Amino acid sequence: MVIERIEAQLPGAVLERHAFRGDETITVAGTSFLAVVDFLFGEGFQMLLDVTAVDLETPEYRFEVVYHLLNLASQARMRIKVPVADGAAQPSLTGRFKSADWSEREVFDLFGIPFEGHPNLTRLLMWEDFPGHPLRKDFPLDGGDIFCSNDIGASYSPEARSLNA
Amino acid sequence: MAGINLDDSVMTTRLDSVVNWARKNSLWPLPFGTACCAIEFMSMMASRYDFSRFGAEALRFSPRQSDMLLVLGTVTNKQAPVLRQIYAQMAEPKWVVAVGVCASSGGMYRTYATLQGIDRVVPVDVYVPGCPPRPEGMIFGVMELQKKITRESLSARKEHVERFYQSLARQEELQKAKGLSQYQVVREMVLEAGAQGGQQIW
Amino acid sequence: MEPTTQSTRPDGDRMIVNMGPSHPVTHGTLHIVLELEGEIIVKATPNIGYLHRGVEKLGENLTYQQFIPLTDRLNYCSSLMNNVGYTLAVEKLLGIQDPPRSRVLRVLCSELARIGDHLVCIGINAVDIGAFTAFLYLFRERETIYDLFEMMAGQRLHSSFTRIGGLFRDIPPEFEPLCEQFLDSCPRTVDEMEALLTHNPIWADRTKGVGAITPENAISWGYTGPCLRAAGVAQDLRKAQPYLDYETYEFDIPVGTTGDVYDRYLVRTEEIRQSLRIVRQCLDRLKQIGPGPVIIEDYKIALPPKEKVYTRMESLIHHFKLIMHGIDMPVGEVYGATEAANGELGFYLVSHGGKSPYRIHVRPPCYPIFNSFDEQVRGRIIADAVSVLGGMNVIAGELDR
Repeated sequence: MVIERIEAQLPGAVLERHAFRGDETITVAGTSFLAVVDFLFGEGFQMLLDVTAVDLETPEYRFEVVYHLLNLASQARMRIKVPVADGAAQPSLTGRFKSADWSEREVFDLFGIPFEGHPNLTRLLMWEDFPGHPLRKDFPLDGGDIFCSNDIGASYSPEARSLNA
Repeated sequence: MAGINLDDSVMTTRLDSVVNWARKNSLWPLPFGTACCAIEFMSMMASRYDFSRFGAEALRFSPRQSDMLLVLGTVTNKQAPVLRQIYAQMAEPKWVVAVGVCASSGGMYRTYATLQGIDRVVPVDVYVPGCPPRPEGMIFGVMELQKKITRESLSARKEHVERFYQSLARQEELQKAKGLSQYQVVREMVLEAGAQGGQQIW
Repeated sequence: MEPTTQSTRPDGDRMIVNMGPSHPVTHGTLHIVLELEGEIIVKATPNIGYLHRGVEKLGENLTYQQFIPLTDRLNYCSSLMNNVGYTLAVEKLLGIQDPPRSRVLRVLCSELARIGDHLVCIGINAVDIGAFTAFLYLFRERETIYDLFEMMAGQRLHSSFTRIGGLFRDIPPEFEPLCEQFLDSCPRTVDEMEALLTHNPIWADRTKGVGAITPENAISWGYTGPCLRAAGVAQDLRKAQPYLDYETYEFDIPVGTTGDVYDRYLVRTEEIRQSLRIVRQCLDRLKQIGPGPVIIEDYKIALPPKEKVYTRMESLIHHFKLIMHGIDMPVGEVYGATEAANGELGFYLVSHGGKSPYRIHVRPPCYPIFNSFDEQVRGRIIADAVSVLGGMNVIAGELDR
């Protein structure tokens, strides 16, 4: 099993592992992350499908950056989770996988997690001077727009103009 | 209505109706297709529903060459200033049809990123509900627009178009004054209009 | 046709041209900033996010079942495949499986949606390059697919046909004759379209050699789907990691050689034919299975039928609990992936128990493909950018979510 080989090669790198509904997941500390990814690349996990993050708001670390890898030869999948504190940076995988480019930019845009070594770390989905990071749990769903809320208390303006002139 | 209005002599009325008749039967659409409604629009242009029956076969993707802006799909807050620019570049007479619920009111996307209806940022003539509206629904919307055009007066410039250009000037002033991008300025204008009890920024 | 490395003026001879966000050739709202030297593209920077509607955050506030209509609007050319992909991910999280008839119907509507998506992709690719007639022929078949969807689910485009645990309802009896008619007419239409395009020298000039990519590069970019298969990698989740009993169907996977736009077109055309084969097998299998339930009969997950709700107390309570409190999900996370028309569509669901997902992330297939746009068009002319964009089949709804 791949995870046993990782633990043999890089002892202490894997903080936690579990399998749920057939998905293998390992939690790796930020310091050993690049080594684990390099090892897995050598084992055949040569496609980085996706980089995303989850805002957990736990006291020890706030975010978990989640990577999904695919081994085309054996069709095995691997999920790597890295705990990241608020404000801490995560090393970028753009040197190893070209698909990390936009995925990491999106995580930066929506969560505010910086990636060290990314060639162009700018916002991707929102505009440059958008205030805040939308997918954080403390960002409101409506972004401050009262007309988004489900119980629309504000009635339409009485001088609402009619174009039927 | 403001502006110079010719007296309703028999000549003006007949000119009005002739010109309106010509305009309504040759509406050249600018398909501002953003999302799924654009696919139903493609169906409408294809052979079964055949939009060219209404004189609207000439799809012009340039705002300078078209007179009906069909907003097809969700307009997000990032897209809002783009929509305003496209509307501003169109020559008058111009009409806007909000196709689909996303364009009419934000649709099911009540989020930080979606503009809750394009009538916040541009004047709209006809709203076509549906998610997506059937091609027959869109055709009905255009037919309603044709009825509206028949009732129009030829001479006076439309008040809402004038107010739109004023709001565009205000937007540019704010951009220069605050040094923000057009996206952030339009977003702030929309939020401010909402906070003051209205909705439209034009 | 190489760009000059030296220029006579200190600021060079570069011109910046905006393609989009409102442009005939950008399908949906894409914005590409092209830096040109004459006609040659020196750098192409895609600018996305013009259709970012906040679906992932909205999903955190909706129940799992309420998220299904949002999935429709991801890849809006093949909505049913997104529904199937999402409900399969939720069912993976729950650890349940839908009944056999529902599995066959899901394959049937997925393949119809795949055919529809490829018809639109090839049609629009052709229109951008100038071949309008192919679009009209292909849309006639797409209208038949719309009729089939409307018969099945009540809506042409966004049907939200699947439910967690199965499907919304069974197909009506009129479905099969129309589907047989479709299976008859579609191959002929695809033949007509091929007669127009495949050996057309103009089409070949515009698409051969344009946007070629090596298999290693494609894998590094995270390509999946027809673009990866055109590059020579035989990766198709339906064969490699089968779901919905795909291992029991007979079909082939077309694989290209160079990965250019012409190969992508050929791969998609052949995939239409293979999908028609699968649809034929689905219809036969439906006859074999005969009538049966199309949704799981566990009323903690799926709504009980109305007759039971109106007559039995427990069913009424189940109905109430499902609507008001949603499904009680186990705590855990899954990544459920299916082979959508564009490639691997993945749903990453994190559940902390409770009726809404804690985090839901959609892995769009065209996201990494569009990411590689700069590399694909550098050194080429603007007309090639149009062909490449069409060949990639970027759907803004799924790209930006």
